[in-house]
Amino acid sequence: MADIKIENLVKIYPGSSELANDNVSMHIADGEFMVLLGPSGCGKTTLLRQIAGLELPTSGAIAIGGRDVTYLPAHKRNLSMVFQSYAVFPHRRVRHNIGFGLAIRKRPRQEIEEKVAWAAELLQLTDYLDRFPAQLSGGQRQRVAVARAIVVDADVLLMDEPLSNLDALLRLSFRSELKRIVEQIGTTTVYVTHDQSEALSLGDQVAVMRKGRITQLGNPLDVYDWPADTFVGGFIGSPPMNFFDGSISGGHLTIGGNQISAPVGLDHLGAVRLGVRAEAIRVADPGTPDCLEGEVLVAEPLGASTLLTVMLGGHQLKVQAKPTIRTRSGDKILLAIDPEAIRVFDPESGVSLLGATRA
Amino acid sequence: MSVVRHNLRSRGRISPAIWLVLPSAVLMIFLFAYPMAEGFRAAFVDPDTATVSLRNWDRMVSDPQFWAAVRNTLLLIVVVIPLQFVLALTMSLILQAKPRGSAVYFYLWAIPLAVSDLAAGLVWLSIFADRGYLNSVLLSLGVQPFSWLSYMSPGTQFMAVATAEIWRATALVLVIVVSGLQGIPKEYDEAASVLGATYWQRLWQITLPLLRPSLQVALILRTILAFQTFAVAQALTGEGFPLLVGETYRWYSALNNSNVASAYALVIMGISMLTAFIYLHVLRDQSRQVTS
Repeated sequence: MADIKIENLVKIYPGSSELANDNVSMHIADGEFMVLLGPSGCGKTTLLRQIAGLELPTSGAIAIGGRDVTYLPAHKRNLSMVFQSYAVFPHRRVRHNIGFGLAIRKRPRQEIEEKVAWAAELLQLTDYLDRFPAQLSGGQRQRVAVARAIVVDADVLLMDEPLSNLDALLRLSFRSELKRIVEQIGTTTVYVTHDQSEALSLGDQVAVMRKGRITQLGNPLDVYDWPADTFVGGFIGSPPMNFFDGSISGGHLTIGGNQISAPVGLDHLGAVRLGVRAEAIRVADPGTPDCLEGEVLVAEPLGASTLLTVMLGGHQLKVQAKPTIRTRSGDKILLAIDPEAIRVFDPESGVSLLGATRA
Repeated sequence: MSVVRHNLRSRGRISPAIWLVLPSAVLMIFLFAYPMAEGFRAAFVDPDTATVSLRNWDRMVSDPQFWAAVRNTLLLIVVVIPLQFVLALTMSLILQAKPRGSAVYFYLWAIPLAVSDLAAGLVWLSIFADRGYLNSVLLSLGVQPFSWLSYMSPGTQFMAVATAEIWRATALVLVIVVSGLQGIPKEYDEAASVLGATYWQRLWQITLPLLRPSLQVALILRTILAFQTFAVAQALTGEGFPLLVGETYRWYSALNNSNVASAYALVIMGISMLTAFIYLHVLRDQSRQVTS
């Protein structure tokens, strides 16, 4: 086990002028679960592959456990990895797939057998040990790939979108299983995903990436609650954060024609972009003061809640209402927004005007 | 009503499927099945008495050239094919590493594919002949020239034929291996390397096993074609290095005996089929036999 230190990493692929990674620095503590999150093409997989040694950086440095590995070949880094395509060797039985890393490290036969049995038990593969990958389902192959990665006593466990090829139901159940397993073995883990719910549910830390840079790095709930800019707010959360234009002056927040109290400490900012999570907006009873009036466009009952799309001052807002609400499109409703839940961004750059004070 | 009409119509007509298969079936019968049946007949029929007999086989086996031809053909296969596979694998691994100008190397290395056997033999004749390029170079270096292709030195004769064959036919293996390598997803190699495998461990434990289907095809094709080696040896040594197909040709044309030539042809076919069968059996891939 070891920590990972990445300093000023820059990666430009040959024949391209774009920076796949643009001056990325981060520190991943020993035993930490770090999630690299971002849309496709943001450089998260490139970063992971450089940690793995499958790509070499253009400049910058990577150290694992205090050892500089920047230009060290992959097989000398003592890592293990789960690939998006699983990459389970088709010509080896499950048993020999799982034991591959141990056999390569020339461990005694008995130790290999014990560890393979342990991992197979953990991932419910015991009955399939003598099968070939062609005889397994996608979910089982995925388990083999994870088992193969956890049996070796690696310093760092790398995972490249390991759940993205599974169907929705399997993904959900395997996600919690994966979290349990990784917590149990306690290895430093770097996990790449484009799925924000995976990032929130799995990570100790989340690094949100965009265009090769890290936009925000922090605890998942902080990133969810206090997005560093409108991109992060819009990328994380389902539904994404609501954004609309308004202005703040004299302790009042003006949206469309409505006025409510401004968040504490922000008195005179002028024109701003506001961000509010769907669950921070409440449908209020008629006559409640300090509310905004909007018109329901769509009401989608989801079981645990009802998702409303509300037209307010020329903007569409997503509102997470109680499942018991009875409303139809065209209805006028009152919305109460908790001032503490309002996030304020620069209307031009989208950068948070609160983030600096909070983080 | 419509069923009846359909039956009436289809009774006198031939199904379109048969029409579609017919041209190739006719071609196969004329160019493949008939000559083969004729070959069997000729090999087992005494040309003088026109009765079934083993006289042709007797003549073939008692000919002193026969066992020399069997020995030479097998020797050539045993020596040339392993060398060709090592060479082709090395070359394709070099190409896969994508060095500068690798596309040019690939086309250069594939050129021999386009050269006919006889032309290849003549090219190497100009090198190995008594007044050929090799001896000219040796002479200019002050080394005594040597009669490489003389019947007096069967060792160098064999070496010359083997060299020419390696040059001519390695390209076929190369092309098959290169396409096989390109078909292996690179994640397998990457996974093995992240899990700690060195280049050689990955080559032996991942790449070669995954390449097995291609190697199998190349091995069968190459071996069957090697049994048919003829023109190169003919061009380089004349009759000095008899091979099975060369003997077939000699019996058919020079000795004007198509019956013994047919017996030779059957021997070549039999050995080829046996080898292909052994290859398929020995190299069969367990992981593809899905049982459940």
